[in-house]
Amino acid sequence: MTAIGIQLGIIVGYLFLALAIGLLAYRVTERTAEDFYLASRSFGTIVLLFTTFATLLSAFTFFGGPNLAYAQGPEWILVMGLMDGIIFAILWYVVGYKQWLIGNRHGYVTLGEMLGDRFGSVGLRGLVAGISLFWLFPYVMLQQMGAGAALSGLTAGALPFWAGAALVTVFMIIYVVLAGMRGIAWTDTVQGAFMLVITWVAALWVLDAVGGAGAATAAVAESNPEFLALGSAFYTPEYMLSTAISIGFGVAMFPQVNQRFFTANSETVFKRTFILWPVLVVLLFVPAFLLGTWAAGLGIDVPAGENVVPILLNEYTPVWFAALVIAGAMAAMMSSSDSMLLSGSSYFTRDVYRPFIDSDISDRREDLLGRVGVVVFATATFFASLSQPGTLIEIGDLAFSGFAQLAFPVLVALYWRRTTLSGMYAGIGGSQLFYLLSVFTPFVPATYFGWNASIVGMLLGLFLTVAVSAATTAAADERQSRFFSGVDR
Amino acid sequence: MATRLRRIGWALAFLSLAALGIPWFLWGVDTVLLGLPVWIWWHIGVMTTATLAFWLFTREDWGIWIEPREDPRLGPEGDSSGDDRGGDGL
Repeated sequence: MTAIGIQLGIIVGYLFLALAIGLLAYRVTERTAEDFYLASRSFGTIVLLFTTFATLLSAFTFFGGPNLAYAQGPEWILVMGLMDGIIFAILWYVVGYKQWLIGNRHGYVTLGEMLGDRFGSVGLRGLVAGISLFWLFPYVMLQQMGAGAALSGLTAGALPFWAGAALVTVFMIIYVVLAGMRGIAWTDTVQGAFMLVITWVAALWVLDAVGGAGAATAAVAESNPEFLALGSAFYTPEYMLSTAISIGFGVAMFPQVNQRFFTANSETVFKRTFILWPVLVVLLFVPAFLLGTWAAGLGIDVPAGENVVPILLNEYTPVWFAALVIAGAMAAMMSSSDSMLLSGSSYFTRDVYRPFIDSDISDRREDLLGRVGVVVFATATFFASLSQPGTLIEIGDLAFSGFAQLAFPVLVALYWRRTTLSGMYAGIGGSQLFYLLSVFTPFVPATYFGWNASIVGMLLGLFLTVAVSAATTAAADERQSRFFSGVDR
Repeated sequence: MATRLRRIGWALAFLSLAALGIPWFLWGVDTVLLGLPVWIWWHIGVMTTATLAFWLFTREDWGIWIEPREDPRLGPEGDSSGDDRGGDGL
């Protein structure tokens, strides 16, 4: 059997394994929206931790990150630690735990639903959902493009880009439509554990072959001494902080992550998950990104457009093992995309369809509509991804930063009683408008003294939310008590 | 019970973790220790410290800033918050 045959066999085998788990979950899924989207708020520590973790990781962990560490040095480890191990962990408590308390009390399924109810505004609910769907679109495309490129690269073009993207899209659709949140979380748990183990085995295998970490790092000191010194012309403090802050805050507003805040089955689950974040970040990203840097010292040659990790592993480990790692990367892309599709569909049915089109829809019909929504959204992103409108990194950064603009208005609303509906409209609308103009027009600059426009937009959103709230009074149907006590008014 | 001191203390602790996540004082340093650049060891140390701090936080002061507290300075629209510290769904 050829190397390509083994690799494709392992990847397709993985896809079927995921499908089998999805079918198993289907058997215990009830036909209601709360079960389809939130698995009836039943998740324990391991499942919630790994499903969030697996959802966060995309192809970046195995491809993009190590490629960057190979080309520029391993400083991304620090960015990742600050972003996910500290900023996101704190938001896990500050945004996540608070949302969980509120969501449990009032039965919310989405962020827009929660905010819309608090501020007595269907318009705000629709706006938050619309903005989220807008930024979700490029991010789902990104996964399809990543999968298409990985499969066509693997088969040396025998499987064209569109066919690879289509294969993964079809699998995702079948899978999300059948399994819902429960199936996704179960496979995510398997995938998260798999990625962690495979990364360590890969690092230890390579280190064993080259004589240990000391020898590998010494080789880097010979070939690229600048990689070992902290910072460079590429890794400036402004770049590292801008990236860590905007992605860290963006992650908490991602529909598929934000919605998981509603799924914990108890407070204990939140506590344990909170503690384990930094541990998981160290365990995964340190070995994954160091592999890329060590590859530079070992003289691994990476042709343009290819990824360093598969090449390194092909050099030092057997073919079947390198294929397992690629399957792990495919797993990462799939687990991000299926969750996004599911959350996107719930934002559409609950925050757009129900309030604006048909408010009397039954639970069963909403459940059906959600599944149809997944098919429509995934098909649309698939066709858009065929034109490959940008690089993976550009599109990813665009989407994360777009979501980050939502973070401060939401935080202010969660913690400041005097936040008003006008303040929310100003904060959300103003920061989105500013960021959209900076991305799509030449009139608003993209960087400010080395800081990204997304950071400036976030601060603008914070300022507008607070200033306009302070200058206006709450409308009659705003309900502060929704966020601030157990008592309904 | 979360006192004012603890509320501020934890906020400062979390902010320091974020501020020290990247070791600014090691900028440009390329010393290698036990096979890894010294600033990667710093990263591992900060993440370990964060884990311990988070663990302590969940044991001692979970719910701080979030769950209702006795505070006379509620906003003008504040609902008389006589409820049982609760809302934690348990």
